Amino acid sequence: MFDIDKWQEIYSTIKKNKLRTFLTGFSVAWGIFMLIILLGSGRGLENGIKKQFEQDATNSIWIYQGQTSMPFKGLKPGRRIQFTNEDYDITKRDNVKIENLSARLNVWRQRILSYKNEYGNYDIISVHPGTKALENIKVLEGRFLNDIDIKESRKVVAVSLVVKNALFKDEEALGNYLKINNIPFKVIGLFEDGSERDNQRVYIPVSSAQKIFTGGVEINNLAFTAGNASAEESIELENEIKNQFANRHKFDKEDQRAVFVNNNIEEYKKFLNLFAGIRMFVWIIGIGTIIAGIVGVSNIMLIVVKERTKEIGIRKAIGATPNSIIGLILLESVAITAFAGYIGLVLGVGLLELISPYVQSDFFRNPEADFRIAVSATLLLIISGTIAGFVPARKAASIKPVEALRDE
Amino acid sequence: MIHLSNIHKSYVTGANKLHVLKGIDLIIEQGELVSIMGSSGSGKSTLLNILGILDDYDNGLYKLHNTEMNNLSEKKAAYYRNNMIGFVFQSFNLISFKNAMENVALPLYYQGVNRKKRNKIALEYLDRMGIKDWAEHLPSEMSGGQKQRVAIARALITNPKVILADEPTGALDSQTSLEVMDLFREINKSGITMIIVTHEKDISERTDRVIRLRDGIIENGQYN
Repeated sequence: MFDIDKWQEIYSTIKKNKLRTFLTGFSVAWGIFMLIILLGSGRGLENGIKKQFEQDATNSIWIYQGQTSMPFKGLKPGRRIQFTNEDYDITKRDNVKIENLSARLNVWRQRILSYKNEYGNYDIISVHPGTKALENIKVLEGRFLNDIDIKESRKVVAVSLVVKNALFKDEEALGNYLKINNIPFKVIGLFEDGSERDNQRVYIPVSSAQKIFTGGVEINNLAFTAGNASAEESIELENEIKNQFANRHKFDKEDQRAVFVNNNIEEYKKFLNLFAGIRMFVWIIGIGTIIAGIVGVSNIMLIVVKERTKEIGIRKAIGATPNSIIGLILLESVAITAFAGYIGLVLGVGLLELISPYVQSDFFRNPEADFRIAVSATLLLIISGTIAGFVPARKAASIKPVEALRDE
Repeated sequence: MIHLSNIHKSYVTGANKLHVLKGIDLIIEQGELVSIMGSSGSGKSTLLNILGILDDYDNGLYKLHNTEMNNLSEKKAAYYRNNMIGFVFQSFNLISFKNAMENVALPLYYQGVNRKKRNKIALEYLDRMGIKDWAEHLPSEMSGGQKQRVAIARALITNPKVILADEPTGALDSQTSLEVMDLFREINKSGITMIIVTHEKDISERTDRVIRLRDGIIENGQYN
């Protein structure tokens, strides 16, 4: 492998046919380049979608109220389903597998928040403590809502960094009172959310919101996480809870519109499968391109062998074994393929790195070819070079010295 | 040293079969200086190729240095060519992108001798041939006589039992041809068997024994 004579010979044949070697190498370099770009882009898309999911817990299931679309036990379709605290309590009582259960009640009518002379319009969302996990919230200071806040209907609020900066400016928010529709709420925590939209809000206890703003026991929706349930298990859980709602609210189990369920686990797994599919597709295309390159290299090597017939004959006459001839041709083939491929690899990775900062968006971020891809591509190149050189090498080894010497 | 008995060789081209060697019986002893003469088509090159294990034969027995050279594997054939035989060709057959020293050293490369050592040995042989100063030159920068000296040095470097030369002076002027023949005689004196294929009378007269081939059989194997 590190035999200077072999490299010298490879160098001299390449030097003799620069354009030919370049064109051959180019096809291989192009194949690898495309493979890296495609894989990198696929990864970028995957990263973007993953980021979208990571804004909320990827194992969350959300249940929204709807309107019945089927008659049930004498009840007409078109009935509005209304969730209440009972739904929260019973769901919590009857389902041991679920975690971080939280109701949600949006306070729509009163949206004005103020601190001293600063006013602002933000979403006021009343929830249970489970929302911290559901929304994947990062608490920066203080704490998020807890069970005692709910139990005692405390007038406390967790504000986002965005809201804090807008209303409190440089003042300390923690421990101070934020007025929600002129009712003071004590700030107990400062948080940040991965999603831009979810930072435009404050959270208050659901019990406090019901007492102060909405009255009654109504809630808008329910959400929970399902631990490390698989997609199938999550669908099972989803159906089970849907059935409980059907019994409680008296609608047909087959009714698709009475309650809506948004199962993130299922969606997430679907996307993961999709990306696995895309990756495989990219590999198939990439390998197809590389095969075209291999055929090119193989062709060139056949011509090289033909041109060097006499030389190979001389070598055999002075004692070269068939194996040494095979080694020579194979090494040259691998060298061309690996070198050209490596250039393609470097260019591909380079281009990805270069354009990466300019193509960041919600659904596309950090396109990259990681170390594993680079290693696989390198292996692929060496295998390709060997395959490309195999037929020509065998042809070279089968040359009879006497025939070679006759060749003028 | 070389023992041929009843060697037959034919070439098949399509439907035609060309019987080139029709039963060659020949014994050449160690240290002989032999020339093989004959008109073109007489089979002299074919005979040399068989002697050099560059070609196979159909029938008969060929013993080189008491080893039978029949049905050899490519690897075995390569071994014998490398260790027992040195070749000198009409058209020199040097490798164009290697300089004189590297060309001479190449047989040792196939013996696994390391680069430094084989280049040193190659230089010694070039010195013996009187062209040490040309060691770094490519074949294209040398005259015919110089190239043939490089080829002879290459044939000698593995210290072979026999040197086979196929029209070694065919591409050289008469003065250089005589010099090369003197070189061959000198090499022969060191005990190496020389077999020279030629159709030049001047050359064959300078050998100890002339073997004349005609239509695939030995017509005459006299000693000068």
